Amino acid sequence: MTDIPELTVGADDPHTLYPSGPWTVPNVERLEQLSGRVKGSRIESIDLSRVTALDTIGAWLFEKLARSDRNLSSEAEFVGAAGSFGNLLGQIRPLNRKITTAPKPENPVLSRLEAIGRGSGEVVSDSIAFLDMLGAVSAALLAVIWRPRSFRLTSTVYQLGRVGWQAIPIMVLITFLIGAIIAQQGIFHFRRFGAESYVVDMVGILVLREIGVLIVAIMVAGRSGSAYTAEIGAMKMREEIDALTTMGLDPVAVLILPRILALVIALPILAFLGSLAALYGGGLVAWLYGGMSPAIFIARLHEAVSVTHFEVGIIKAPFMALVIGLVAACEGLRVKGSAESLGQQTTASVVKSIFLVIVLDGLFAVFFASIGM
Amino acid sequence: MTSSPSAIHIKDLVVGFGEHTVIDHLSLDVCEGEILGLVGASGGGKSVLMRALVGLLPKRGGRIEFATGAAGGRNRGILFQQGALFSALTARQNIQFPLRESARISPSLLDEIANAKLEMVGLTAEDGDKFPSELSGGMTKRVALARALALDPALLFLDEPTSGLDPIAAGEFDALIRTLHSTLRFTVFMVTHDLNSLQAICNRVAALADGKIAAVGPLASVMASDHPWVRAYFHGARAEMLRLGQQ
Repeated sequence: MTDIPELTVGADDPHTLYPSGPWTVPNVERLEQLSGRVKGSRIESIDLSRVTALDTIGAWLFEKLARSDRNLSSEAEFVGAAGSFGNLLGQIRPLNRKITTAPKPENPVLSRLEAIGRGSGEVVSDSIAFLDMLGAVSAALLAVIWRPRSFRLTSTVYQLGRVGWQAIPIMVLITFLIGAIIAQQGIFHFRRFGAESYVVDMVGILVLREIGVLIVAIMVAGRSGSAYTAEIGAMKMREEIDALTTMGLDPVAVLILPRILALVIALPILAFLGSLAALYGGGLVAWLYGGMSPAIFIARLHEAVSVTHFEVGIIKAPFMALVIGLVAACEGLRVKGSAESLGQQTTASVVKSIFLVIVLDGLFAVFFASIGM
Repeated sequence: MTSSPSAIHIKDLVVGFGEHTVIDHLSLDVCEGEILGLVGASGGGKSVLMRALVGLLPKRGGRIEFATGAAGGRNRGILFQQGALFSALTARQNIQFPLRESARISPSLLDEIANAKLEMVGLTAEDGDKFPSELSGGMTKRVALARALALDPALLFLDEPTSGLDPIAAGEFDALIRTLHSTLRFTVFMVTHDLNSLQAICNRVAALADGKIAAVGPLASVMASDHPWVRAYFHGARAEMLRLGQQ
């Protein structure tokens, strides 16, 4: 059946339509044109005897034509329909009877304002959810301290392996490169003033105080925070968290506490290793690009940095880990049924935790400056 | 067997994973316009057979031939066991999706068709605005059926359509499939465990055991088969209880 559907108005009777050919999905574009052409004219009957194939779409278009004249008290009749076609048309007849009114289009200015208002409200609810999670995790931690046997050591160690041990290669590689780039830029620009040797001070202080821990925290937020959100979100979607609750177990104690503890332990270690790698990268560049021998680099580094710089950097690490873990858990628990919401919350988790890590870093900078560290 | 042409012709089909052969030289014909019910043990390869038929699993050997017109993906509808609705789309958009992808249709006609399909499967136009996560199990199955029927396929695959439904909802679903079948005249290949739906809507029943078709034919003749697994299936305690209840 390769013929094309047609729709002709009866020559002797202008109120009868004579459709022909296959009225099926593959021809729907033409069918819509055909039925659009006769729309509005008075139709009393539709002769289906030359229709070769009919499916739901074709049947619906006929039904629409039959109903099209609202002034007519009765609908057009179908005549000459083959048995199965008549059956299908009979099925279609009672459908779509309810007149639905399309919702009014919203005022764009108002809806924009509404979105801003709701967004500001969300900042508050976000903070409350964050504090709520902090409270729940603290309560779970206290419970564990009270009854150490309830601590989930296996789970914590497993998570530590995932977010700590397995993250070492990539963290070390990236901080190594960052250290090398800082040293290269420093040498390139300081050379004009003949101050190349101060590159060691810059690399040492910058890496130990700020860059080492910040880069590692951002990497952990992207690598492990997103994984936490996706895992917890998928568990929420598949009702695993509800199952835990019904067994009388606290999801925070079972799922979230081990993960956050693992992060809090892993991030300082990763920041330490990352700082070492960055210094190593800086030293290597200073030697190969700046012509400063490793012995001199180490000697200058010894003078330039003190334990204070290292302390300032590493003290921040567990707090950043806590923020990343809490945000990841919060966002994970907010996942709803759809795959799209899982993606949205994972994105939100990474964006918020990186943002908060940087804000936290700024607060620490103010704090350390005011206590003279 | 029946003289009507076969919609699916399966010959010596072999499907397996690794060293494990699930479907072992299976041959079966699905006749055009019939409702064929496939029964088999849990984990016995029913779903594997269906996935191989729709092309989701590669076959190791044998032939699968579809009647002309049923070969392309457009001419088949598949109802997955869990519905497999797109979670980011509303029920209505789920139904519109195959139509939108295969033909140029005006948005207003798309909406009308989707609403008509929703009503055909016993839902209302308002249900169309819901997301899959907001639908109950029975509604999910109905929306999935409406999506499977969106293009008026010649061949419909149903994977345990009544599993997870209460007996009333399952009965309604059976009636719905039967009504749609009589109207739209498609061929149905149905994997099921529901003895009621086998009896109510299937023209023929095929029993899958040990990777082969152990018995095929009308329900009565399959039940009379003396294959040990088929006997155990139809004459087990649960099946007997069902029969007693009906007497």
